[in-house]
Amino acid sequence: MATDPYLSVAALTKYIKKKFDADPHLRDVYVKGELSNVKIHTSGHIYFTLKDQKARMPAVMFSARAKSMKFRPESGMTVLIRGDISVYEASGQYQLYAQSMQPDGIGDYYLAFEQLKEKLNKEGVFNADHKQSLPRFPEKVAVITAQTGAAVRDIITTLKRRYPLAQIVLFPTLVQGQGAVQSIVQSIQQANRTDSDVLIVGRGGGSIEDLWAFNEEAVARAIHDSTIPIISAVGHETDTTIADFVADLRAATPTAAAELAVPSRIELLERVMGQRQIMFRHMTNDLEQRRIRLTQLQNSYPMAYPDRLYRPFIERIERAADALQRETVLTVRRSGDRLTMLSRQLDNRNPSDRIRQAERDLAILGDRLDQRIANVFNQREQQLKSAIRTLDALSPLKIMDRGYAIPFKHGEVVKSVDQLELGDQLSLSLKDGEVKTVIEAIDSKEKERD
Amino acid sequence: MAEKNVMFNDAMEQLEEIVKLLEQGDVPLEEALTLYQKGMELSKLCHDKLKNAETQLVTMMKDGKEVPAEIEGEGNAQ
Repeated sequence: MATDPYLSVAALTKYIKKKFDADPHLRDVYVKGELSNVKIHTSGHIYFTLKDQKARMPAVMFSARAKSMKFRPESGMTVLIRGDISVYEASGQYQLYAQSMQPDGIGDYYLAFEQLKEKLNKEGVFNADHKQSLPRFPEKVAVITAQTGAAVRDIITTLKRRYPLAQIVLFPTLVQGQGAVQSIVQSIQQANRTDSDVLIVGRGGGSIEDLWAFNEEAVARAIHDSTIPIISAVGHETDTTIADFVADLRAATPTAAAELAVPSRIELLERVMGQRQIMFRHMTNDLEQRRIRLTQLQNSYPMAYPDRLYRPFIERIERAADALQRETVLTVRRSGDRLTMLSRQLDNRNPSDRIRQAERDLAILGDRLDQRIANVFNQREQQLKSAIRTLDALSPLKIMDRGYAIPFKHGEVVKSVDQLELGDQLSLSLKDGEVKTVIEAIDSKEKERD
Repeated sequence: MAEKNVMFNDAMEQLEEIVKLLEQGDVPLEEALTLYQKGMELSKLCHDKLKNAETQLVTMMKDGKEVPAEIEGEGNAQ
């Protein structure tokens, strides 16, 4: 040491750094200033200068911290930084190492943002089941943004390039400043009265204040109430607005929104051609399959040798015919035999003897009958002759020969005096004629006896 | 314009449906040929529409009227 009183730059710098690091006031500082020379390194570290009217100091925010920032630091912004002061030895510079950074003056906005986000979230406004799906091939795309500016150009250029089939309807809208909220809400409602298929709501990047309209409840409600799917395209990746949370789909940039809204014509063309090729291939394959199948069928055993199909039937028919003939001959022969046998049996039982015997019996019976009849006749003849003789002997005519008369009254024979009255006319039949008389007196034999 | 686009949408869906049917491979031949022919027509329709498509850009006025729009700087953007 004594031989060399000079310190190395590194040693001195290290000493100074130790002094800085040991100072509790520098370990946790709150500092307010304006950003300038903001450079965002590809690593994500942010280098900038923090200044005010009287002083400036270099500052850095490492990517790990920078990632959690809700806004994009830009030169000219006044910010509130919490961090620590240390020395960067390689350049001998003291630096502010920022741990957190907030835009000054919009702390209230942040509070309002967080509060509204919390409120809408509790209501379920951000819920996935509210999200509508986008149409595959929108025919009408409504664009709600300022009529001038990069956002509308990016959107329209992209829509036209990607999918010229769609009609683009522009709703000129105030997206920042006084009246922006009302204008955005009106445009969303107006677009909902058209037959648009999808809505792009957005604006280009800007400071958080510029985007503020998209953090307002009225805009959030209008987006939520939209029956047409909405793609939000507000600002850049780093700034998420309430509108982004409510929208059915969120795009990082206006260009990305346009890309989400419509399919790519080129990709569609490729898909159409792809479908056509698939169809052609399947058709060709299908026809080939059918052709192969047809050939197989044509070459199949039955198709190739059709006669073999009916050959067995022919054989069966022939065998059947043979059997039929054989059976027929046998049957005829059997029937003949049986007939012969029956005829013989019939001959054996010939009834002619019995007939002759019956004829003999009949002749004998006939003789006996004749004899009997003759006897009966003789007998009856004798009886008749005897009866005639008796009848002749009893004839009234013979009696009248002997002087008897028969009295008739009105044609009836009078047998008793009781049949007669005085004055009755009687006819008396005599042997040789009739006389008419009148009754003059009746003498009854019974009266005499009385 | 709107009707043309509806037809594109329908045409694409029909084309996809036909391809799906043909891919299943159990369609009767006559039907397959009809489907194929229909598919080719749809494919051509879609193709032509995409090839010949033109955007129509309108601006919606406050009173709900549409007017043809010209965008400042359009064409040289990006």
